[in-house]
Amino acid sequence: MQLRAENVACSRGGRDVFAGLNFAVAAGEALLVTGRNGAGKSSLLRVIAGLVRLSAGRLDLAGGKTDTPIAEQAHYLGHQDAAKPALTVAENLRFWIDFLGGGKPVAAALDAVGLGPLADLPAAYLSAGQKRRLSIARLVAVARPLWLLDEPTSALDASSRGRLAELMRTHLAGGGLIVAAAHGPIGLERARELKLGPA
Amino acid sequence: MNALMALLMRDMRIAMRVGGGALMGALFFLIVVVMMPFAIGPDLKLLARIGPAILWLGALLASLLALDRLFATDYEDGSLDLLMTGGMPLELTVATKAVAHWLTTCLPLVVVAPVLGLLLNIELRAMGAVALTLLAGTPALTFIGLIGAALSVALRRGGLLLAVLVLPLTVPVLIFGVAAANAAITEGAPFGPPFTILCALSLAALVLGPVAAAAALRYGLE
Repeated sequence: MQLRAENVACSRGGRDVFAGLNFAVAAGEALLVTGRNGAGKSSLLRVIAGLVRLSAGRLDLAGGKTDTPIAEQAHYLGHQDAAKPALTVAENLRFWIDFLGGGKPVAAALDAVGLGPLADLPAAYLSAGQKRRLSIARLVAVARPLWLLDEPTSALDASSRGRLAELMRTHLAGGGLIVAAAHGPIGLERARELKLGPA
Repeated sequence: MNALMALLMRDMRIAMRVGGGALMGALFFLIVVVMMPFAIGPDLKLLARIGPAILWLGALLASLLALDRLFATDYEDGSLDLLMTGGMPLELTVATKAVAHWLTTCLPLVVVAPVLGLLLNIELRAMGAVALTLLAGTPALTFIGLIGAALSVALRRGGLLLAVLVLPLTVPVLIFGVAAANAAITEGAPFGPPFTILCALSLAALVLGPVAAAAALRYGLE
């Protein structure tokens, strides 16, 4: 499986965010997207997730399911954690598992991010880092080959970062792909770097 | 199907928990209708004559009350992005959210309308007619409002814009809803034709609303 971008361009609000972007990510590889603020890191991830349209170029996921768009084979972990404060931690995750289409049991995924003991707590009481972990539990629970991570380590403490790095390594070892936007290292040793914008 | 069922249950659960919109609509409806006799005075004949119209107006405003939050909360916490990558056609996702909204906000209005009819001196037969027309007409209100909710999703204070956008479009629903309800209290006024048109409006909104709302969301979120 390989994610290929050819000559990809994106413009938002009439401004060209980036243009002429070429890259390829193969199974088991991670691509770290870096660049100054406003260079288009988040936009690139949203383009791949199908949330923003390409203004030029093409993107494809070779070796994936050909009749499903990339968006449905990808997990998008954005800045917001999509947790409903009125629902409990387990209810939140249960919903995403059902909606995105089957996977691991809720308890196993919550244990993988260390939220097991908080399963019955309304998400309103979670800290920023705990909400982040609830978001990450979604990636673990529903198997999708491509992970799009937008600053995945923000708000996470050291041990949670270690746990996330472990989950990412497992995902890559299983033939998964990761495209992550970050300002610093995210705990993956062998990640290639794609620098956006003028140096 | 499983995914849509999960979405329906989630939205209904959120609406019924603390801070959800389910109870607010019914309470607002109650307040509006209770205020009317104070404003109009204790003329029982007059109240009975304009009662169905008051109930319809109250229900219309109450059903719009929580509508602006339909997509706004999902937009603000990032859920909308994920709903769009879910693999279900966006039209169905959007329609499911509207159904959840109708079940939690509009259905209670239909149920309490006959009780509130007591306050307006509406006779029993007319109360049944009002409830029946609300049952047939409120889906049109929800699905027309759905378009406004999708258009105003990315705006702050979108609720105001929503009311301005949506209320004019609900005029036909109001006209035929009240006409059908009045048939029960006015001699010789027909019930069938306005009621049939009301049902037709609901069915048309049911089809057009989700398609328009999904298109509005796709263009609005870029």
